[in-house]
Amino acid sequence: MMAHHSRSGANSDAAMIAILPERGLADRLTGLFWRKPKLLLALMITPPLLWLGVVYLGSLAALLLQSFYSIDEFSGMVVQEFTLKTYAELLRPANYDVIFRTLLMAAAVTVGCAILAFPIAYFAARFARGRWKAVFYLGIMLPLWSSYLVKVYAWKLILAKEGIITWAAEATQTSAVLDAILTLPVIGGNSLSTSYIGMFMVFTYVWLPYMILPMQASLERVPASMLEASADLGATRAQTLRTVILPLAMPGVIAGSIFTFSLTMGDYIIPQIVGNSANFIGMAVYQLQGTAGNIPLAAAFAVVPIVIMVIYLWLAKRAGAFDAL
Amino acid sequence: MHSERAGLGLRIAALGGLLFLHLPILLIFLYAFTTEERTYAFPPPGLTTEWFAAAWNRPDIWEAMALSLKVALIATLIAMVLGTLVSAAMSRATFFGREQISLLIILPIALPGVITGMSLRSAFGMAGIDFSTLTIILGHATFCIVIVYNNAVARFRRLSGGVMEASADLGANAFQTFWHILLPNLGTALLAGGMLAFALSFDEVIVTTFTAGQQTTLPIWMLEELIRPRQRPVTNVVAMIVFAATFLPILAAYYLTRNGSETAGGGK
Repeated sequence: MMAHHSRSGANSDAAMIAILPERGLADRLTGLFWRKPKLLLALMITPPLLWLGVVYLGSLAALLLQSFYSIDEFSGMVVQEFTLKTYAELLRPANYDVIFRTLLMAAAVTVGCAILAFPIAYFAARFARGRWKAVFYLGIMLPLWSSYLVKVYAWKLILAKEGIITWAAEATQTSAVLDAILTLPVIGGNSLSTSYIGMFMVFTYVWLPYMILPMQASLERVPASMLEASADLGATRAQTLRTVILPLAMPGVIAGSIFTFSLTMGDYIIPQIVGNSANFIGMAVYQLQGTAGNIPLAAAFAVVPIVIMVIYLWLAKRAGAFDAL
Repeated sequence: MHSERAGLGLRIAALGGLLFLHLPILLIFLYAFTTEERTYAFPPPGLTTEWFAAAWNRPDIWEAMALSLKVALIATLIAMVLGTLVSAAMSRATFFGREQISLLIILPIALPGVITGMSLRSAFGMAGIDFSTLTIILGHATFCIVIVYNNAVARFRRLSGGVMEASADLGANAFQTFWHILLPNLGTALLAGGMLAFALSFDEVIVTTFTAGQQTTLPIWMLEELIRPRQRPVTNVVAMIVFAATFLPILAAYYLTRNGSETAGGGK
């Protein structure tokens, strides 16, 4: 073959370059990868899959296994035998209350986030142009990514009895309103930082960007022609909003609610720092595995959010929410 | 097409919402200078910079910061290698189990942190592994993979296969193509992913409390102060440091990728 090319004159140099001899291991491997692309794929995907499979799935399996063990009431030791006893404990009134309270808070936070997020997402999607587009993008992205603990800490400062809200209420002569809110049964309290209202505010604040982003994505996909058609047909702004925009934004709302609901359900830092120290699922898991040393019950508690999220995700998928992610 | 402007109510609500997202964080900066030691009184009775010196002279803060930096750096490196590998594989071909693998990658951040934390805790308990820096890194690297993956996979999708074939046609072997063609093209996306992963790891507290045992990272130090405030002024300074350590990499990631079709940070 080489002899053939060397006879064909001007082409020979180019041909020589194209059929270089193999220069060692790297070239031989290159040839091997070329002939067997599956091999390269396997080499690339094996390390990450091993990591996720062993570390993550392995741990989830351990969690599931632990939840089917139980604790010996006298010795406090974990009994490594299959039982549903631990799950039955979840239905005790005290534990059932924890689950119910957590779900109620997660639902309230989701609704709160959706209401606050809508004007921001709508403006960013439809009216922000050029410089303002960048302002809104960074303005949503930075709070999303910046330190979770610092955000919670900032709210500890804000909600404190001697903090900025009390000061603002005094400065505007509205202390009576604040006091009236705090005397509300159940959700009120001694101060905002020890009440359910305060906890709700902090949750809503920290998860708000997670609602804005998917909502904005789905609003950006609403065709302008539909809004014009709606106006041409004589709809007022409010009617267009109710009958055209909101239904089309729904997948985004559902996608956002996946985050706000799931994040609230699993959080145990905020209920520990703000609120009346009522128990939530995350806190129960943390306390049971730590001071109480009841790992099986902690594991069973942790399985609750998984089951709820699996159902939630299944429903969201049916509602077409994943296209908005 | 839309020359129409937003209504006044909408503009106020949107800008108000944006301010609502940022004002609380600004408050942290004010409190770092307050002369008030025992309460969170607003307005601060006076301003001082002495707490910065006080924080500087605290060995426990330095130790916590060193541990956080070490964990974040190693976890980010692991996540960058694994995340790049899996995104390269996922962008190349369709193969059996592809959907399942993409689900597996996002699961660690799709499920609440308390589940990841409790799972790792159970696994360490059953396998008899003692808590160490390694157990913290193990957890952090796991949820950082998806951050790198998200950034890299978007860039891979944009990168045309043509340049790789051209490189091969010009006689480069697979490693030369990787070094001279693929890596420079992926560069900013990987860097952005790495920075976001670093920010996420440096600040992480929920999974860490389950995998740290007696060790104290900077966020855990802060959490203890939050639950039982002992040195409020110093905590204010630490809050500022933690904020800066997450804020700056995020901003850098944004500027690295803002000209592309995919901007960093779209999914956390």
